[in-house]
Amino acid sequence: MRLIDVARLLFGVFAVLFLIAPLIAILPLAFTSSIFLTYPIPDYSLRWFRELAVADAWRLSIVNSLIVGTGTTILAGVLGTMAALGLRNSGLILPGLFRTAFLLPMVVPAVVLGVGMQVFFVQIGFANSYAGVICAHTVVAVPFVVVSVSASLAGIDRRVERAALSLGASPLTVFRRVTLPLALPGILSGAVFAFATSLDEVVLTLFVAGPNQRTLARQMFSTIRENISPAIAAAAFLFIVGTLLVAAIALLIRSRSTQPKTPA
Amino acid sequence: MAQSNIRFEQVNKSFGTLRVVDDLNLTIDQGEFLSLLGPSGSGKTTILMMLAGFESPTSGTISLGSQRIDQLPPYKRNMGVVFQNYALFPHMDVAANVAFPLEMRGIAKADIAEKVTRALDMVQLGTLKDRRPSQLSGGQQQRVALARALVFEPSVVLMDEPLGALDKQLREQMQLDIRALHRRLGLTIVFVTHDQSEALTMSDRIAVFNRGRIEQIGSPREIYDQPHSRFVAQFIGETNLVEGTLAENGQSGATVALPGGGTIRVQPSGAPQQSQKILVSVRPERIRLDKGGKTDNSYSATITDAVYHGDHLRIQLDGDAFGFIVKADRSRADRSRAEWSPGDRVTVSFSASDCWMLPA
Repeated sequence: MRLIDVARLLFGVFAVLFLIAPLIAILPLAFTSSIFLTYPIPDYSLRWFRELAVADAWRLSIVNSLIVGTGTTILAGVLGTMAALGLRNSGLILPGLFRTAFLLPMVVPAVVLGVGMQVFFVQIGFANSYAGVICAHTVVAVPFVVVSVSASLAGIDRRVERAALSLGASPLTVFRRVTLPLALPGILSGAVFAFATSLDEVVLTLFVAGPNQRTLARQMFSTIRENISPAIAAAAFLFIVGTLLVAAIALLIRSRSTQPKTPA
Repeated sequence: MAQSNIRFEQVNKSFGTLRVVDDLNLTIDQGEFLSLLGPSGSGKTTILMMLAGFESPTSGTISLGSQRIDQLPPYKRNMGVVFQNYALFPHMDVAANVAFPLEMRGIAKADIAEKVTRALDMVQLGTLKDRRPSQLSGGQQQRVALARALVFEPSVVLMDEPLGALDKQLREQMQLDIRALHRRLGLTIVFVTHDQSEALTMSDRIAVFNRGRIEQIGSPREIYDQPHSRFVAQFIGETNLVEGTLAENGQSGATVALPGGGTIRVQPSGAPQQSQKILVSVRPERIRLDKGGKTDNSYSATITDAVYHGDHLRIQLDGDAFGFIVKADRSRADRSRAEWSPGDRVTVSFSASDCWMLPA
């Protein structure tokens, strides 16, 4: 092996390590029997997972995360898909402006968004409600759906839709039978992104959520300030497993939809 | 059966300031195979798209039989369209692709299955109904597209360079297949192509387009043997064009005087007037080399290049008066000479009936 190849390999390994080192550091602590979130681990146990299931604060936050995550996924999925479809319309004026507007929440500081939302939500009586948290999460999740659906729409040959029209399908039927099935992988992976974004979101949640809408991420955030319990590591473990699971499901659906049938 | 001609009347189409179709008047007869031939940007595809309903004319009318169709959406026109890239539905198998137009027409399930089977048999793809388009070769995909465009028995089928992506052998096979289907089903086919040999072999009539206008419309034989303009003569096949002045145009024949002296005897034609600048077109395959006996026109020339093409030799000549390209058919008398090499002095000859006059 030449020197340059070795260097390339080493660089790759370091880059990957740099990215996953924090995970490697925290995950084993989920299985500690100690009451401290520190190494060394005296013994392995599942006590902190039991704690997550039993303690009201943790249990409630997991349920909340699922409620908010599901709501965000549906709302952002629908809105983002519609936005991507609209952006595809060739008759649109200033398409660049609209696209930027839809992607803006990705770059606007979450703190700024959070302050604005809190003030606004209090005004309209939306604060401290599930709907408020879902709306807030949707704002930051929509760009992911727009990007993902836009990419899969861009892969659809317009002539395929034209062919469907020429074969007698009305525009609505073309959408239902051709555009939507072909865009489905993009919509699904957009939805996964939306769910993951919602799970992960802390800043907006701090501003708009009341005590009853405390999500898992928010609960972890306050726990680490109040008492540094290994329950955080256990929650992190659940987090990662959950995210991987959702991603795996999306991948599976995706590969099934594009996988060719075996030849007859 | 009611006649359902397609008629374009004073149709214009502009994109912004660019006029793509310029005052088109064209009638396509029922059952006709019409090719729209032209270089890219000549407006031929736009015309097809207006016929299919994907573009609407800036002005003018398009009608089918007694019905005006230019404002009708594509899904109500009942025309089969075959696209260059096939445009099959990638998420459906072959049978579902072909069944699609039938489903759109609310046909009963059992009838659909039967019609799909028949359509796929017609294009010899009966065994591949369960495959996805991505599992088919280009030629097979094109056959599926053809079956899909024909299965609902449209009276008009539009084809936009459908064979452009196929290799030569497959393309020629598909040309024959489409021609056979056209004859068998009595379809009206409007066929867009930029391939002149495809247009010549398949069409009842060819419309040659240039910059949004029809340069010439007629049978393949008329287009090839009697081009109306320099553009048509050069676009359809290869030709030798010689500039000259019409010296005599009578019943028995016409004579063209060449600028460098000498004359060419040509086929008489009604159009050009005496002492007018004109072009004479002589097809390369009509020219003989070193043929004895009496001919209308013969000149001596020097071979500058000779290229072997298998079935013919393509020979470039520098005559005293003008240059030639000659296709020497290897089965002809020319074969008496085994080889032609650059530098040889030869006599080129061609008959007056193979010389066609064009406006310069």
